[in-house]
Amino acid sequence: MNKGVAITGMGIISAIGNNVAENFQSLIESKKGISRISKIDTIHKNDIMVGEIDYTNSQLEQLLGLSPDNNFSRTGLLGTVAAKEAVAHAGINDINKYKTGLISATSVGGMDMTEKFYYQYLENNTNHKYIEGHHAGDSTQKIAEQLGIEKSLITTISTACSSAANAIMLGARLIKSGQLDRVIVGGSDCMSKFTINGFKTLMILSDTYNTPFDENRKGLNLGEAAAFLVLESDTVVKAENKTVIAYVKGYGNANDAFHQTASSDHGDGATLAMEKALQVAGYTANDIDYINAHGTATGNNDLSEGRAIIRVFGENVPEFSSTKAYTGHTLAAAGAIEAVYSILALQNNVIYPNLNYKTQMKEFNITPQLEFKEKTLKTVMSNSFGFGGNCSTVIFSKEQ
Amino acid sequence: MNTNYKITSYCHIKNSKVSLNGSVIFSEQLLDFPEFIKAAYKSQDTKYPKFFKMDNLSKLAFLAADILLKNENLNLEETNNIALVFSNKASSLDTDRSHQKAIQHKDNYFPSPAVFVYTLPNICLGEISIKYKLYTENSFFIFDHFNAKHLLTYTNSLLDTNKAESVLCGWVEFEGDHYEAFLYLVSNEGNIEHNKQNIITLYNT
Amino acid sequence: MEALKQELKENIIEQLNLEDMTAADISDDDMLFGDGLALDSIDALELIVMLDKNYGIKLTDPKEGRAIFESINTMAAYISEHRSK
Repeated sequence: MNKGVAITGMGIISAIGNNVAENFQSLIESKKGISRISKIDTIHKNDIMVGEIDYTNSQLEQLLGLSPDNNFSRTGLLGTVAAKEAVAHAGINDINKYKTGLISATSVGGMDMTEKFYYQYLENNTNHKYIEGHHAGDSTQKIAEQLGIEKSLITTISTACSSAANAIMLGARLIKSGQLDRVIVGGSDCMSKFTINGFKTLMILSDTYNTPFDENRKGLNLGEAAAFLVLESDTVVKAENKTVIAYVKGYGNANDAFHQTASSDHGDGATLAMEKALQVAGYTANDIDYINAHGTATGNNDLSEGRAIIRVFGENVPEFSSTKAYTGHTLAAAGAIEAVYSILALQNNVIYPNLNYKTQMKEFNITPQLEFKEKTLKTVMSNSFGFGGNCSTVIFSKEQ
Repeated sequence: MNTNYKITSYCHIKNSKVSLNGSVIFSEQLLDFPEFIKAAYKSQDTKYPKFFKMDNLSKLAFLAADILLKNENLNLEETNNIALVFSNKASSLDTDRSHQKAIQHKDNYFPSPAVFVYTLPNICLGEISIKYKLYTENSFFIFDHFNAKHLLTYTNSLLDTNKAESVLCGWVEFEGDHYEAFLYLVSNEGNIEHNKQNIITLYNT
Repeated sequence: MEALKQELKENIIEQLNLEDMTAADISDDDMLFGDGLALDSIDALELIVMLDKNYGIKLTDPKEGRAIFESINTMAAYISEHRSK
């Protein structure tokens, strides 16, 4: 059996809370973070609902103590808040004491500022500082600077909505192969007109609360969020006498090889990702106690993912639920958000209800967990599937 | 760690030229990128109408991959365990701009779904996977510059842990007038040692 | 009606990047999806944008498109009846 990689800290900011404790409280109280959009003036504001974070950019800047001439995008701001919480949670005082890397996932990057100032850039140079901050790697660099990480592996993964799951996978591998002693992995994506309008053209945005795995689901709600985990080698854990909160036990990535954006009818890529993750963990399907599903509430995803779960688990599908009804779909950050939720489930032996569900899907007879449930959990599987057919699964465990 | 992997083959598309293993197989000056890549595609006799629906980055990546994989004479009836590890600097910026233009004006607001789906760099990996039925691991990294060390480490790790039998990796960049693809296949077969120096040398060829 | 059908064929070829095809290659009753022109779900969404942009017809549910986009004949009939520009 393969050994898991130790997780020693986590941090998160999402529509249901500004830190780990607030997120957990909302999850167990079935408190959704979905509302009408308030921070972006979009022509779609009456047609969509989103998972927004309460803080304004200037509040976040203040919270982080940034100087007024900073050029952080909201992606960078959210990412820094979550990454700092993770590092503090892991009890790290001197980040460069061990070889520490940062792998951050994003798809929006600095788009929020670019779209705000696109035309103003041509008229005057007031906001030119944000041009430098546009590219996808910029938020990662800024988070690294804020954490004080020097001269190490700092990279950005951009594989759509599976990005953060892939960041966790890469981080675990870098620890296992001894390339790094410690790595902070996760992702950040803020709300932008760019994504709102794009998903609108694909006609997969719900005009009301999203309803994962419901027969009458109308599509997804976009959300903004950031979350990070701290992974550390066994040597560091031992030397520093660290408390391990869970392990990254398995991971798998596969391509669906079907369509640019749509998932295949029977979830070929999703099935392979789950099977690969089980294999890396040295588990069989029976070893999984709860699945935190991708469950975006689009017609296509939930059918394809549900069928893939049946292909992998057969008659014995464990409890599963999607937490997208709480947070919305947080795109490149989703894998990290749901990693934090999976670890909280393990720590507290709870399963979160799949909110907003009313009607059984007619294509199969599996039903998500509808009520808050206490159950002794040893393992949790988390799925993240992205455009481009990029399908990822990560398995978290209590035991190494 | 096994360090005996080889660079089996490599392909460049840049400066109005397409080359395979260092030999120019297509060259056409005076054309802008859309015309150039279309002419290069036609020269390869790949019958794949979907090519014309792709964005510039996907066309560039797809053609380079197609040339390399065609050269391998894969049996598409079988499972080919070839992982994809790509990188670039500009992500999907070229297509992001097109989408941005379409949503900027209220009075002429017609964003195109066919454009939006390409506003992610990893969609080109999906296109290659669809054509060659690759249900394999794939990832896309954004770096400031070509990062041979990262590609080397990641590829060796995939091969060492039997996640893939071979890995198609490299750099595909499309930004403004600049285009550059450098893809190479790593496996147990071939004459070029898979090491950092050789990757850099071939990249600069 | 014939002029509209011709216009639709030309626009479809242009909008959906159907390389090496001419309007003459598309028959009025050819299946646009499935076995015919083998268009996919993104093409269907592009056709919805085209209805809006060229004819002022707004569809809100992509499922509505299925019957409308069956062939050039069905598209032309729907557009004639519902167009606002």
